[in-house]
Amino acid sequence: MALLPLGVDTFTLTVLCIYALLGLSLGFIWGFGGILCFGQAAFFGLGAYAYAIAAINFGTPWAPFFIAIIFPALIAAVFGGMLFFGRLNDVYLAVLTLVFTLILYKFMNVTAGENYIIGKARLGGYNGIPGFETLSLPWDPSEYIYGDSLFYFSLSLLLLVFLGLRWLLKSPFGRVMIGVRENELRAELMGYDVRLIKTAVFAIGGGVAGLAGCLYANWAEIVTPNLFSLGQSAEVIIWVIVGGAGTLFGPILGAAIMGYMKFLLGQQSLIDNTLVMGAVLVLAVLLLPRGIFPVIADRFTRKTGRERTTRSRSSRKRPTRKRHRRREGSNEQ
Amino acid sequence: MDYAAVVIVEVFYGISVLVLISAGLAVVFGMMRVINLAHGEFITLGGYAAITAHSLGVPIFISTLIVAPIVVAIFGLVVERLIVRFLYGRLINTMLATWGLSLLMIGGMTMIFGNTTTGIPTPISGFTLGRYQMSGYNLFVIFMAIVTVIIIYGVLKTTRAGLIARGAMQNPEMANAFGYNTSRIYMLTFTAGAALSGLAGGVMAPLVGLNPASGANYIAKAFITVISGGTSVVSGLLSSATLFGSVSQIVTFISTSVVGEIALLIAAVILLRLLPTGITGRFLKGRV
Repeated sequence: MALLPLGVDTFTLTVLCIYALLGLSLGFIWGFGGILCFGQAAFFGLGAYAYAIAAINFGTPWAPFFIAIIFPALIAAVFGGMLFFGRLNDVYLAVLTLVFTLILYKFMNVTAGENYIIGKARLGGYNGIPGFETLSLPWDPSEYIYGDSLFYFSLSLLLLVFLGLRWLLKSPFGRVMIGVRENELRAELMGYDVRLIKTAVFAIGGGVAGLAGCLYANWAEIVTPNLFSLGQSAEVIIWVIVGGAGTLFGPILGAAIMGYMKFLLGQQSLIDNTLVMGAVLVLAVLLLPRGIFPVIADRFTRKTGRERTTRSRSSRKRPTRKRHRRREGSNEQ
Repeated sequence: MDYAAVVIVEVFYGISVLVLISAGLAVVFGMMRVINLAHGEFITLGGYAAITAHSLGVPIFISTLIVAPIVVAIFGLVVERLIVRFLYGRLINTMLATWGLSLLMIGGMTMIFGNTTTGIPTPISGFTLGRYQMSGYNLFVIFMAIVTVIIIYGVLKTTRAGLIARGAMQNPEMANAFGYNTSRIYMLTFTAGAALSGLAGGVMAPLVGLNPASGANYIAKAFITVISGGTSVVSGLLSSATLFGSVSQIVTFISTSVVGEIALLIAAVILLRLLPTGITGRFLKGRV
């Protein structure tokens, strides 16, 4: 592999891809939908669990693969719908999504007994669910997708989702969605159902996170309640903040950088991993609230005079860039 | 009859725990509109301070009721000066930065105290009520919760400092124009909130096995109590703690304690859906 000098093998690269996909899901709903979800890990975990449970019950991998996308999306639609139709925003949304994740975390940790069985799958409590059927070629069930091929599969899915979301943002729905982020009241007065749009955005984000969870289940070959942990949710947010909300590429970059850093930190025992993650988040919020990618992109734009970020492209009609930047700042608060 | 008494004490105990662990957050959120996501770790730090002081030979009540609040207050002061003061008025950014702080503290405490569970013995022995064995320390927790509420209410409502603080929170510019240094008032309020968290940590220390990640056990409960209570510090805290404490303890009696906690969280989700501005946003408006 070309990246071997970095000390990374495809096993690690696969999980970086999965993280990137998860980061992308939050980057999409936060950066473009204006919905700050503190519990994106919930949908990640739901995707992983849905895959594992369905795979044990069906014995084949491909129906579970789609269930793992659709089920979290549905849950996100129902939960998001409840929140958005109740007109909750900001802090309440953040706290409730956090609470939602915690409920799942606590629940999954106590499902060890004989009573917690879905079909043939035992939920397993703290120990999680091991030993389910992993992805294999649709035309040849004996050829499992693992190792290098799982990496290429994840990478192509990441690319596919990235392009899909870019397309979505350029579609009429995407324009309305950005309009809602910029000014909810105005979008509403123009006749758009803001609640419905936000719910749809949230559901799409949930589906993408579910896909990431499904791939993670295939990579780790076990699902545990830790997928729902607060630490996992925090990490997603760190990726997006470090990379830059408001771009699609930023979260991917953030996930890759922070995932790689975690990998390096995991090789030493002097400094605690969590401590570094926390420090990065604090510093990023204080010093670099827009993230790495927009800053780099801006540098590049100023040099070549081209508009690079999707965010600035979305607001090309604004009179001046300066005013645009100020409004952006006030939106993030 | 005995059983009813036990249930009532347990329900009051549940409410008191919620009051204690939410008080610091209620002061900081209710007064300053700052959400401190590191609140759970502040409590944990208070617990560690108490345990460390106790193991160094300090009497137990001094280490839990005095050392723990002071240590956490000093820590809170440093945090306010270094991080929080740059982020006033930027709610989401404060949440994110304090979440980072929370991870930082978990990591730090893991490095210092190790990833093990520690604790101190309960200083008050139990007693029997009819056929049931009761924990004496639970009654002490109830007592401490009442004292805490009285202190907060008294300071805010009857002292000059409380008056100035409330004024500064309502209209910072006006307070500034009257010659009060609002930056200093914010600093002191945050420190007071941290001290209350430390007190909670100290009081809870004999009851729980403490490990660096145990903040997560408090944070969700504290948050929903405060958020559901709304912006009034004392009445919001009392009303939502009473509601959630009763719900979780009663469900715990019927089922298991984990189900009780889940019931509490679900009750909060439903309550916030019905009353998005919290209990005091709808009823009891404008009280302290």
